[in-house]
Amino acid sequence: MNDLILSVHGLARSFNRRLVFKDLDFSVAAPGSLAITGKNGAGKSTLVKILAGIASPTKGRVTYTADGKAVDADALRERMGFVAPYLNLYEEFTAWENLAILGRIRTGTVPSAEQIGDTLRRVDLWQRRDDLVAGFSSGMKQRLKYAMAILDAPAILFLDEPTANLDADGIAIVETVVRDQQRHGILILATNDESEASWCRERIHLAGRGTDARP
Amino acid sequence: MNALTQTAALVAKDVRSELRTRYALNALLMFVITSVATILFALREDPASPEVLGGMFWVVVFFSAMSGLSRIFVSEEEKGTALTLQLIARPTVVYFGKLLFNCGLTLILTTAITVLYVLIFPQFTVQSVPIFAATVVLGSLGFASAATIIAAIIAKANTRGTLYPVLSFPILIPLLMTVMKSTARALAGEPLVSALGELQVLVSYVLIMTGGSFLLFDYVWKD
Repeated sequence: MNDLILSVHGLARSFNRRLVFKDLDFSVAAPGSLAITGKNGAGKSTLVKILAGIASPTKGRVTYTADGKAVDADALRERMGFVAPYLNLYEEFTAWENLAILGRIRTGTVPSAEQIGDTLRRVDLWQRRDDLVAGFSSGMKQRLKYAMAILDAPAILFLDEPTANLDADGIAIVETVVRDQQRHGILILATNDESEASWCRERIHLAGRGTDARP
Repeated sequence: MNALTQTAALVAKDVRSELRTRYALNALLMFVITSVATILFALREDPASPEVLGGMFWVVVFFSAMSGLSRIFVSEEEKGTALTLQLIARPTVVYFGKLLFNCGLTLILTTAITVLYVLIFPQFTVQSVPIFAATVVLGSLGFASAATIIAAIIAKANTRGTLYPVLSFPILIPLLMTVMKSTARALAGEPLVSALGELQVLVSYVLIMTGGSFLLFDYVWKD
């Protein structure tokens, strides 16, 4: 999926009568990154979910193109990573099983043992690969979400509150993931934290009603 | 082909998860045992006719199914993994994966209830095995197809427990009436041709319910 471009046209979302954001227009091309900032309730997570295709906008549209052709949702789903505090993995499975099972559901083929092993080493969970996720701390669960997100080298990676629950080592892992992603794909990052937002090349600020885009 | 392997992977995930957590299986089996035992105590002094037992058979199936089949979506919502599934699997894969799992679970359920009935109630003698087998298989598929889409709908609601049987009952009435009639024919030993009408209704019910659910599922699942 080369030259992936994300384009947003006239995007608006409201819940009942409450307008969260409106008239959003922007695009991000690979390799590239976009930070979405804004206060609590400004609609950062909502926007990330809409961009990832798991929520619908009230108005407007989100399109993906690669090599000049439209990319459908199914093709994109296989090459998309997503990490957020509200996303959960299966606690009744081990770390290894989560990657093997969910990887197979996502692509139809079982990820190789080498692929799973390398990914677990990258997030420093190799030693705990056979432990049930139910016994993991919140930081370890967050690391496993990163493992799941980067397992298939995603063309687009969504990070919502990327360092939530992580210690200093975990944050260093995130920084490496962010750097790698910006080299070959698209990174979309939603955060309140100025230092996290500075990892990205572009930024859009959600100001509650409407937006204030800054370079 | 890819969608088939993804669906098979989702079913395998649910089977493995069920074997570890026993979310639905325990609820189903406990309900079957307690409801069959209650019927046994109630009928101790007054042996019921095969028609009444046939009707009671499907009453047990209905309430057992209501206690367990919703877990397939409710557990994903409660564990917060529904979003994960939305991210990694297309809605078609999720729908057919969950439907196949519920079909398997319902077939296990009806088989277990049949074995219990045959062992416990001497009056429950299946005279026409082909009618009974076809009724049980088609009835199970009908229950599973209706239960799956209703489970997907109520999983998003706050009052899941009460909403499920309330919402299911009107949708399952045509199925319940048909399987009860067909089971009575099987217990009375009528020839297969006499139950063709009921079996056709059951096939139609399964096809309509599955087709309608497939069309509706995308909207139910996404938001």
